[in-house]
Amino acid sequence: MATLIKTEEEQMLADSARGFLDEKSPISHLRKLRDEGKTHDPELWKEMAEMGWAGILVPEDQGGVDMGMSAACILAEEMGKTLVVSPFLSSSVIAATALKQVADSRALDALSNIATGELTYALAMDEKRKFAPDAVETEARREGNGFRISGTKTFVVDGGFADRLLVLAKTEGGMTLFDIPADRAGIEKTERSMIDSRDAAKITFTDVEATGDDVLGQVDDAMSVLKPALEAGQAALAAEMIGLSAGAFGMTTEYLKERKQFGQLIGTFQALQHRAAHLWCEMEVTASAIAHAGRQLDEDPENATMAVSLAKARAAETAKLAVIEGVQMHGGIGMTDAFDMGFFMKRARASIEWLGDYGYHAAQVAAARGF
Amino acid sequence: MSEETDLAQFRAEIRAWLEENCPEEMRDGGRTEDSICWGGRNWVFKSDAQKTWLERCVAKGLTVPTWPVEYGGAGYTREQEKIFLSELNAIDGRVPLRSFGIWMLGPALLQFGTHEQKLEFLPPIARGEIRWCQGYSEPGAGSDLASVQTKCEDKGDHYLVNGQKIWTSYADQADAIFALVRTDKDAPKHLGITFLLIDMETPGVSTRPIRLISGKSPFCETFFDDVVVPKEGRVVGTVNRGWDVAKYLLTHERTMISSGGGGVTGGGRSLGAVLAEEGDALDDPVLRTSAMKTDLDALAIGLTIERYKDMAKAGQGTGNASAMLKYMGTELNKNRLELMMSVGGSDALEWDGPTGSRPADWLRTKANSIEGGTSEVMLGIISRRVLGLPG
Repeated sequence: MATLIKTEEEQMLADSARGFLDEKSPISHLRKLRDEGKTHDPELWKEMAEMGWAGILVPEDQGGVDMGMSAACILAEEMGKTLVVSPFLSSSVIAATALKQVADSRALDALSNIATGELTYALAMDEKRKFAPDAVETEARREGNGFRISGTKTFVVDGGFADRLLVLAKTEGGMTLFDIPADRAGIEKTERSMIDSRDAAKITFTDVEATGDDVLGQVDDAMSVLKPALEAGQAALAAEMIGLSAGAFGMTTEYLKERKQFGQLIGTFQALQHRAAHLWCEMEVTASAIAHAGRQLDEDPENATMAVSLAKARAAETAKLAVIEGVQMHGGIGMTDAFDMGFFMKRARASIEWLGDYGYHAAQVAAARGF
Repeated sequence: MSEETDLAQFRAEIRAWLEENCPEEMRDGGRTEDSICWGGRNWVFKSDAQKTWLERCVAKGLTVPTWPVEYGGAGYTREQEKIFLSELNAIDGRVPLRSFGIWMLGPALLQFGTHEQKLEFLPPIARGEIRWCQGYSEPGAGSDLASVQTKCEDKGDHYLVNGQKIWTSYADQADAIFALVRTDKDAPKHLGITFLLIDMETPGVSTRPIRLISGKSPFCETFFDDVVVPKEGRVVGTVNRGWDVAKYLLTHERTMISSGGGGVTGGGRSLGAVLAEEGDALDDPVLRTSAMKTDLDALAIGLTIERYKDMAKAGQGTGNASAMLKYMGTELNKNRLELMMSVGGSDALEWDGPTGSRPADWLRTKANSIEGGTSEVMLGIISRRVLGLPG
């Protein structure tokens, strides 16, 4: 396996991403969008697409840069550091990975449009509070040559603005993944006011028409397309979470170096030093699991479940600790909306839930380890 | 591409070699204290297979795969070493030789030793002929290691050493000791220390085992009473700059303790699989959940050890960060043995009872977060040197 450290090319990607994002999307940008009631910034996404990020997984023939999952994780990590709002995970990682599994002419066209940033996707899968790919009630019933989809999806991240939806539904012999435009008759979207100020919609499908062409992959066999897409999304989300942990941690250590109480810098207090050092250790360990997941997805994607779940499980625990310590070590100011730490805390909470929480992924690892 | 082909061929060759040369009896993973081969003049092989296995590995340089061939190694690259270890692990083969010479003195000599010192000391370590112990801590210098007081006087044609070391692992069975001694009592404490090699058979050297809570005595007190040490070739690095060597070596020690004996990652073995062997242990939901977390963390820490080795090879600094591995690895290992005791129930309360050495192993792990720098010292190092926090 390739090493668990960045190649020169990957380091350059990380550096250029950092430079771009510090200028175009510092945390104040999230605050601005929140204050304006926006959950998507098409201009920013267009610029990110011009940098090649939207097509990070898209084959070169379709206009992408095709750098692989390790590179996608590096971008996600950098975005996490300043809590960037973008359709990167939904469109460029999850949808792009699903479309690559199929790679017919329609899927290749869609990949081209993802690479330019013109086409956005959202994954309409969850129906209950918790991530559970097997517990889908939405039904696609046969009608003539096609289907009629009915059901309600919740926590559809980017579902409020996405052009197309990947919809997971029950069919006669299993589950099927549909790729349909988000404005098709019978689709009703309700945007939810989320704690992390991002788009997550509730979407109701009432007898929505779908043809055989709308099926991504094979009927009754959603998972051969969706599983790799979910794993890619989970790994990239874990990377975004180690990024947000690092962002919160950076603010916290800076504060420890400047804040005085009892006549001295609070960073001289051993109680705080040891907690900060412990958190750094946890972040280092999680970073290794994420680097490994990226490599595994690039080199042996069919056997990446354990690596990905290890990364997402560790990321959940680490991000939680990073934001809890972040607020605690800042004291009262950490509780104020005027200060940015709260944004980290709320994004961490949303990221922990999306695509499976600690319990889900720990169980996946345990199953692979003979428990 | 050609490099990959070469490595694939290398893997095939080493696999075939192991298949042919690793005796059946040596294919049990070697996870118990008793299965370790330490070597040295006083070593008594536990079986013919243990002796054969060591001899075969020595002939191929596999006791120290990455050391240069002229010093007894196989001259492997890091990739080749990884492949060798994974193939050894695949057949559950024992590591042929473990020693402080391999883990600690060897790396220090490779870094700081003269060519003559390397030629004199490294091959006997590789062959398992000379067993070394480490003389660092003193009764008054535990966590504050740089305050060592053992006195070393320059007597013109020799050094004269007087003082006492403590927690010298297996000093009573070792042939030689690498020790930190004070050569300048007036200099700032870090600048008056020398890294000295002493033969344990020299008159004036004596040892006394310390009985521990585990009932075992892996550690000793070591006394130096007017011990004469030749000056030629016995100082590693420069006189009074032994702290540089000591610090370098401590990073190795910390990495070793953090991954010692496969402790952290269970030698790659799943804790779930281990516990499943013990009846219905995993039916207890509380125990099961804790075991899942410990196993998951072990996997991630194992990957971190790999990542740090990759960083070291790429020349990216990892010195202070080894404190992280030491802290995380040892705390995890303590958790792991707490779980094993819990699974063992009252059976695990009996010395050498149904769970074998488990009670002693459990107690032994409590030292992991003390030896080589306590967890608190590690957190202090990280806080100051990595995070740059004040004071």
